[in-house]
Amino acid sequence: MKQFNGKVLFLDRSDINTDEIIPARYLTEISKEALKPYLLEDLELQGFDVKKDIEPAQVVISRANFGCGSSREHAPWAFEVNDINLVIGESFARIFKQNMFNCGMMAVELAPETIDEIFSTFKGKETTLETDLASGTFTLSSGSVKKEIPFSISGFDRALVEAEGWVGYADKHY
Amino acid sequence: MGKTIAEKIFDSHRVDNPFGDIHVIRLDAVFCHEITTPVAINDLVSRGMDRVFDPKKIKAVIDHVTPAKDSKTALQGKILRDWARRHDIIDFFDIGKNGVCHAIFPEKGFVRPGYTIIMGDSHTCTHGAFGAFAAGVGTTDLEVGILKGVCAFHYPKSIKVVVDGELPKGVFAKDVILAIIGRLGVNGATNKVIEFEGSVVDSMSMEARMTLCNMAIEAGGTCGICAPDMTTVDYLWDFIKDDYKDKDSALADFRTYTADADAEYDQVIRMNAAELSPMVTFGYKPDQVKPVKDMEGTAVHQVYIGSCTNGRLEDLRIAAEILKGKTISPELRAIVSPATPDIFKKALDEGIIKIFMDAGFCVTNPTCGACLGMSNGVLAEGEVCASTTNRNFNGRMGKGGMVHLMSPATAAETAVAGVIKNSSMYKG
Repeated sequence: MKQFNGKVLFLDRSDINTDEIIPARYLTEISKEALKPYLLEDLELQGFDVKKDIEPAQVVISRANFGCGSSREHAPWAFEVNDINLVIGESFARIFKQNMFNCGMMAVELAPETIDEIFSTFKGKETTLETDLASGTFTLSSGSVKKEIPFSISGFDRALVEAEGWVGYADKHY
Repeated sequence: MGKTIAEKIFDSHRVDNPFGDIHVIRLDAVFCHEITTPVAINDLVSRGMDRVFDPKKIKAVIDHVTPAKDSKTALQGKILRDWARRHDIIDFFDIGKNGVCHAIFPEKGFVRPGYTIIMGDSHTCTHGAFGAFAAGVGTTDLEVGILKGVCAFHYPKSIKVVVDGELPKGVFAKDVILAIIGRLGVNGATNKVIEFEGSVVDSMSMEARMTLCNMAIEAGGTCGICAPDMTTVDYLWDFIKDDYKDKDSALADFRTYTADADAEYDQVIRMNAAELSPMVTFGYKPDQVKPVKDMEGTAVHQVYIGSCTNGRLEDLRIAAEILKGKTISPELRAIVSPATPDIFKKALDEGIIKIFMDAGFCVTNPTCGACLGMSNGVLAEGEVCASTTNRNFNGRMGKGGMVHLMSPATAAETAVAGVIKNSSMYKG
């Protein structure tokens, strides 16, 4: 199973699309690893520095409708090869969310007010997140500030995470 | 309780219901192109599972970058081509016979009412125009589809959009769907199917219905869907005439996939066609739409007519009607890409290609290239494109470029005017 812990990258905007996550000009690559340098290359967001902010991050927290647009699984792959296996947001585009779990990664939805609270407490501060999948708890910490946030994923999504993706699950069941 | 079209399709294709509302359905077709399929092929090979569930149900095309622009895109084409040969996938459309996937597959009769279809391409929702459930998926779903012929979805909830009345002259399916996306928002239909109905949809051609369903994804929708009717039967007749004694019996069969009167919808939106006008996008999201009149005079560097949204014969005819005897503004350049070789040939026969060329358009082979900024019409930084495509995301057609989505009529008029302009067909 993949790891869902680490330093948080905050992307404070809704509707971050898959062209911003990995531009189409890189879709000519046929290996996941080749996508590594290009993650979020076209994202223009105040306070976000693509050259500095990606390398240390293992978790992304964003807003609504994350991953909208193209069906390209290159978007989750670009995160995966940068050791980011968890994206948390208010909501996700259907295909992006499915692609994440299909790769054994997680796209977890939290209530808008919880996301607001996370941004107002932690954005701009060095923050780490720990995931307890068994109890369904995220623990966010920054200095002395610590917050436990319950989450839930569906039984199917959990099965995909445990099977490390849909290919493994489907091959066993169908 | 009655059922929606999507519910009926799911209920006739269910293989498993492993968790809650997750339904694993049997697939009638898996469509493939050279951008998202090669990684699936390579993964199957590396897992020692280089098999296909049914070569007759897999259709493949090279369409995104064609002919190849460099060694990398040539390799993508080669991987798809070699795989199609190795598995006897007869319906593989290589360079010379290839067109934009969501135009060529329906044209070949591969989409039928009641079908379940996946493809590693978000605009797969186009095929719902035939009363099919067709969804864009990622490469892993595609890979499992190729191997097992199944895919997992949430049991579909539907939004019904009813467009009644009569469209004003010069207002087209593209304007209707832009208005709908403006109303729903970019995630207003996430995890839902959009069922289109009403007198406007009833009177639309299959081409126009495909334009409508094509952009369901821009509101987050899993699929757009139109109930099959005699227009559907007429379009498919050449492919199905040996299966039915007459068109009425085909229609009776297809009508299995219409919604029940007491079907339940998540939301019902009613629109009066008479109130609609030509629409255009203004920002970097497809729900940022305005009437064209509010954007008139906006400078444009490139006009693009083509794509799975608006590169069909009907679209080219409309644009040619406006361009006939005129030339494009010296302030811009213009490109037209007929979506399939068949459309290209018919446009040649009808004199449409000559009209485009006389007007000063560059005519390219069928390809998706420019729409997603991969080839054949990429924008430079700071440039603006008036485009009949489907996405206006920041940098979509080229880094730092701006895209305004519009109908072929508005795009053609804009090409002549040099700035965004309502078409002469619209008298509003």
